[in-house]
Amino acid sequence: MELHEFSLRELRQGLQERDFSSVELTTTLLKRISALNPALNAFVTVTESKALAAAAAADARRAAGEDGPLLGIPMAHKDIFCTAGVRTTCGSKMLEHFVAPYNATVVERLAAEGMVMLGKLNMDEFAMGSSNETSYFGPVRNPWHTGMVPGGSSGGSAAAVAAGLIPVATGTDTGGSIRQPAALCGITGIKPTYGRVSRYGMIAFASSLDQGGPMARNAEDCALMLNVMAAHDPRDSTSHPAAASDFLRGLDRPLQGLRVGVPEEFFGAGLDPEVAAAVQAGIAELARQGAAVQSIRLPNNPHAVSTYYVLAPAEASSNLARFDGVRYTHRAANPADLTDLYQQSRYEGFGAEVRRRILVGTYVLSAGYYDAYYRKAQQVRSLIREDFRRAFAEVDVIVGPTTPTPAFPLGAKNADPVAMYLADIYTIAVNLAGIPALSVPCGFTAAGLPVGMQLMGDYFADDLLLNVAHRYQQETQWHRARPSLQAGEA
Amino acid sequence: MAFDHDTVRRTAHLARIALPQTEIPAVADQLERIMALVEELRAIDTKGVPTMAHPLDLDQPLRPDTVGNHDQREVLMASAPAAEHGLFLVPKVIE
Repeated sequence: MELHEFSLRELRQGLQERDFSSVELTTTLLKRISALNPALNAFVTVTESKALAAAAAADARRAAGEDGPLLGIPMAHKDIFCTAGVRTTCGSKMLEHFVAPYNATVVERLAAEGMVMLGKLNMDEFAMGSSNETSYFGPVRNPWHTGMVPGGSSGGSAAAVAAGLIPVATGTDTGGSIRQPAALCGITGIKPTYGRVSRYGMIAFASSLDQGGPMARNAEDCALMLNVMAAHDPRDSTSHPAAASDFLRGLDRPLQGLRVGVPEEFFGAGLDPEVAAAVQAGIAELARQGAAVQSIRLPNNPHAVSTYYVLAPAEASSNLARFDGVRYTHRAANPADLTDLYQQSRYEGFGAEVRRRILVGTYVLSAGYYDAYYRKAQQVRSLIREDFRRAFAEVDVIVGPTTPTPAFPLGAKNADPVAMYLADIYTIAVNLAGIPALSVPCGFTAAGLPVGMQLMGDYFADDLLLNVAHRYQQETQWHRARPSLQAGEA
Repeated sequence: MAFDHDTVRRTAHLARIALPQTEIPAVADQLERIMALVEELRAIDTKGVPTMAHPLDLDQPLRPDTVGNHDQREVLMASAPAAEHGLFLVPKVIE
């Protein structure tokens, strides 16, 4: 096995035993990025000299006797997390030259542990997309098949981890943006319970839905990252006082007696038969390990996509009002007056999908439509949460597919925005409720594309989800499969 | 429900996005499709169902009001598209 395939535990061991230094490890991965990134477009910015300096600092800390699970280990951030001194684009022309004056809490916490940031990862513009094609910096390509999308919006994170450019990355998930690309690229990613991971310095899309989380090649690596990422942050008023936890502690618990619910609504029309078969085999493996599997109902889940496409655009239209062409964003040339400056800068700075969602959000919040759409969607959101409440009275974990199909070809869903929205049909309800969910690789299609199985848990059951995923990965090999990539391949 | 061109223009104005005349028919068509998707919500019985704005039933937390941030004027203005003497420049507002 080569260095770029090591897990976090193996990397730490290698660093402890002085098999390699953080500078050597960082150099190896930077070389791999420069060879493979031109074909994948996973990185928007590579911070080579800063990375080498951070690696040298980590080596010095280790030489001074320090040790830690993340000390000296390379990673990269989704370009939605603000990084002082390194531009943060959010995949948008609007922020093409924006250098944040401060670090996001997540950035600060991982850096304090001695992690080495190699750069910033491509994403759908303002996290709005399910294929990474809305990025101003061009689409990311799926390492398993470069004619296919990697999913989105954290597509750069998923592709970079799957391709072995970095062992772990950060992502964010508003309607599936960690889990859907994790599934399509064959990696493991968790959207934590809302309030676990600080949103301070994470550029806002829909504040009541957005949540950051780790993306890695196995559940244990996710747990190691979440141990640092999850913490109460007084700078985020939605950060939960009990956000921090030890996610490694229960990782090995056997699954004997675990109550697993399989929602009928997740196996209906529109589900690809190969995806269905792989997920059913995954559920059978949980049963083989002693889990009790039963069928459950989430009757309001079919309304999740429509509820989301009222609430998320409404929140986005409000959050994105700050990009005005005056203070730190793209600015149109030669505006006639101040209103024209705002309007032209926003037209030029935002891509078509972002503009579309701002318009939808503005519309549903405008006078005369508020009750019919926004208020109504907030009520249906309650019904969706109630579905989960009822289900978790009977089961510990809900299991189903992460996505209705495997990765689709670039350009396949660009003509109709609604077709793209339906790629998130199984992931959105989780964000509306605020519960945690993760995606684990559970098989491949005949064409060699990865399939993801989604595990959903009750509020603050993130540790249980990681435990189930870890036990599953002790007995299966899907997460060990790697795409074959050659430098210069496209 | 027809998404007419005047509604698109009015909404774009509210959102302060200068949509060119030529793009309005295509945008109207896309918004029409999106609103058709969400239209199904109207048929759901939500009588007596409370609204949900947020996943966590937490009160707004309060903390002691202490000085944390220090003067960052220069770094905050460094990304400004146009600035002079520590001020953001905009087109003349008052003649």
